[in-house]
Amino acid sequence: MTIPTGNTRAGSAQGTRPEDNEDRTATMLPSAEPVQLIDADGTHRHSEKYPLPDGDALKAAFEGLVSGRRINDQANALVRQGRLAVYPSSHGQEACQIAAAAVLADGDWLFPTYRDTVAVVHRGVDPLQVLTLLKGDWHAGYDPYEHNVAPQATPLATQLLHAVGVAHAAKLRGENTVVMAMCGDGATSEGDFHEALNFAAVFHVPVVFFVQNNEYAISVPLKNQSVAPSLAHKAIGYGMPGERVDGNDAAALLAVLGAAVERAREGGGPALVEAHTYRMQAHTNADDATRYRSEEDVAQWVPRDPLARLRTYLTGLGVLDDAAEEEMAASAETIASRIRDGLNTDTVPEPMDLFNFVYDSRTPQLAEQAALLQDELSRAQD
Amino acid sequence: MTVTAQAPAPEDTRVSLTFAKALNTALADEMAADSAVVMFGEDVGPLGGVFRITDGLTARFGEERCFDTPLAESGIMGMAVGMAMNGIRPVVEMQFDAFAYPAFEQVVSHVAKMSNRTRGKVKLPLVIRIPYAGGIGGVEHHCDSSESYYAHTPGLTVLAPATVADAYTMLREAIRFPDPVVFLEPKKLYWTKEDVDLAALRAPFEDSTPAADPAIGKAAVAREGTDATLIAYGPSVSTALSAAEAAAAEGRSLEVIDIRSIVPFDDETVCASVRKTGRAVVISEAPGFASVASEIVARIQERCFHSLAAPVLRVTGFDIPYPAPKLEHFFLPGVDRILDAVDELQWEDK
Repeated sequence: MTIPTGNTRAGSAQGTRPEDNEDRTATMLPSAEPVQLIDADGTHRHSEKYPLPDGDALKAAFEGLVSGRRINDQANALVRQGRLAVYPSSHGQEACQIAAAAVLADGDWLFPTYRDTVAVVHRGVDPLQVLTLLKGDWHAGYDPYEHNVAPQATPLATQLLHAVGVAHAAKLRGENTVVMAMCGDGATSEGDFHEALNFAAVFHVPVVFFVQNNEYAISVPLKNQSVAPSLAHKAIGYGMPGERVDGNDAAALLAVLGAAVERAREGGGPALVEAHTYRMQAHTNADDATRYRSEEDVAQWVPRDPLARLRTYLTGLGVLDDAAEEEMAASAETIASRIRDGLNTDTVPEPMDLFNFVYDSRTPQLAEQAALLQDELSRAQD
Repeated sequence: MTVTAQAPAPEDTRVSLTFAKALNTALADEMAADSAVVMFGEDVGPLGGVFRITDGLTARFGEERCFDTPLAESGIMGMAVGMAMNGIRPVVEMQFDAFAYPAFEQVVSHVAKMSNRTRGKVKLPLVIRIPYAGGIGGVEHHCDSSESYYAHTPGLTVLAPATVADAYTMLREAIRFPDPVVFLEPKKLYWTKEDVDLAALRAPFEDSTPAADPAIGKAAVAREGTDATLIAYGPSVSTALSAAEAAAAEGRSLEVIDIRSIVPFDDETVCASVRKTGRAVVISEAPGFASVASEIVARIQERCFHSLAAPVLRVTGFDIPYPAPKLEHFFLPGVDRILDAVDELQWEDK
């Protein structure tokens, strides 16, 4: 491959520091309240800055929410049945999941965390391959290049730097790629969060940092992570715009994330979007949320559910009726049954694969160890 | 029978190069050969790196190919991961051994594991250059021998050249290697000069086919001998050679093995030498406890037990933090300490 020299579509290797800092400051601060286009009652709220996505886009998003909720429910059930080792559910955060994937073009990249299974599936990755990690057959179960989806990251915020690197490489190669880099509120405390935002801004690369602030990092509430006015306010410290959005409002998420993606694609550089949402379930099935938050706290978020408000809005608009919703439910059930069937089938990972991917070719040391395991396996068969 | 005309005398292409210039030349040659090779780190741009290893690269290849980053090692490493995922062959410089520690999570959790996590779908052809080890009178945090951390991490290839020719050849091999390489550059060797035939060194890299006799995975016999084997790598090889020279004056013939490639490890060359001599001393600057030197000793006794006339000994740094400049000579393996160890190899049983 060759890097075209003098590619300056989005500036040189390093960003240029504009002279007028006062003007930049005004555009980098997030709005006082999270952007909301459809409120919890299903009513459209006008925004000067963000037009409401059209009915078709919202209906497609609603279908995604229905599938996403079903995937979360199904995966939880499979943990209880012992078919999945663990599942970090995005129940309540499905609007963030669907919007993050929906605003990307085919050639773009998605960098998800362990809680972003629904986003990865919405991007087009086979749900069975996504669940390989949690099923315990291997680590990343899908080919990241098939849909430009990085392996789901477990070490917090580390993937944000990879997102910057993919975007930087795309820029050097003259490709029009945008990268969506996802993380949670807890991850904003990590050093790699800081380094990723700073690198992205300095190199002026097309990354949208998307923080799902779901109020808890396992048990630790947001107030113990940060006392910044909002997580989106951190953006100005790096010289990029920050925006706050209602994380349970799919319409607002599509609008805000979509605008950030387009801005990045046009050479506007990175942005930070903070979605205010709530983790309705425990961190994983291994967690006991009653030890650190009350049922009353959780109950406050029930009326703000992302599905309910969009259903109300779309029904009122006349683009969603019972028949359409039944169709969506049936389609979601197809995905769920694929997951069920796949996970109820016992698979036996190939033990010799342990040695096949560590290096491009086995070192002499790994060849010896592979021979040892092979010998054990053949003796076990005798 | 045909008579062929006598070939013209080959042009003398031998040049005197420092270790640093050999690395610099290797980088320039590889960047010229492949536009996907991109160099970045702290102060590697216009300054040319604090050791000048990247001198002139920004001027020659432009600021998109060799550039300074914000001062953040995890950021450098993590960005390199992403760039390698997307068609670039990054070479990054960690300014000093101990300054690489902030990048450790990226190295261990991502650089080393990405191929395995993704069943070989995502390869990370990147090189992490680390000026390492001591002997230069550096103040604290500038002289660590950190090879054991990397060698202990499956998925990494760990190299430590000890000669000017190897500095050139191994860096070019590392950049072309399909897997991530930790490339340890002994700081104290940066200013050593050797005469090398640069044209001959360049020849194997003229086309894209892999070298017939790669240095990665292959130790070198730095000096032949018959009585005992000194095994060293990186900064310790020259010390081992000095010790072998001194021993020769006393009538003892010592073979010196330059490991070159810590991972993958060349058991064959090491064991062939030890089986021949029956005695061995492993030399390394790093603290000896749980070290690469310990691993080498273990491998020798597992494979060469019946050829050994004496226990395999180690001469390593003490198990202490790297000392202040005025004390480092007490810490570093020196000729006398090596010869004392050789004296302990139960010669009375011969």
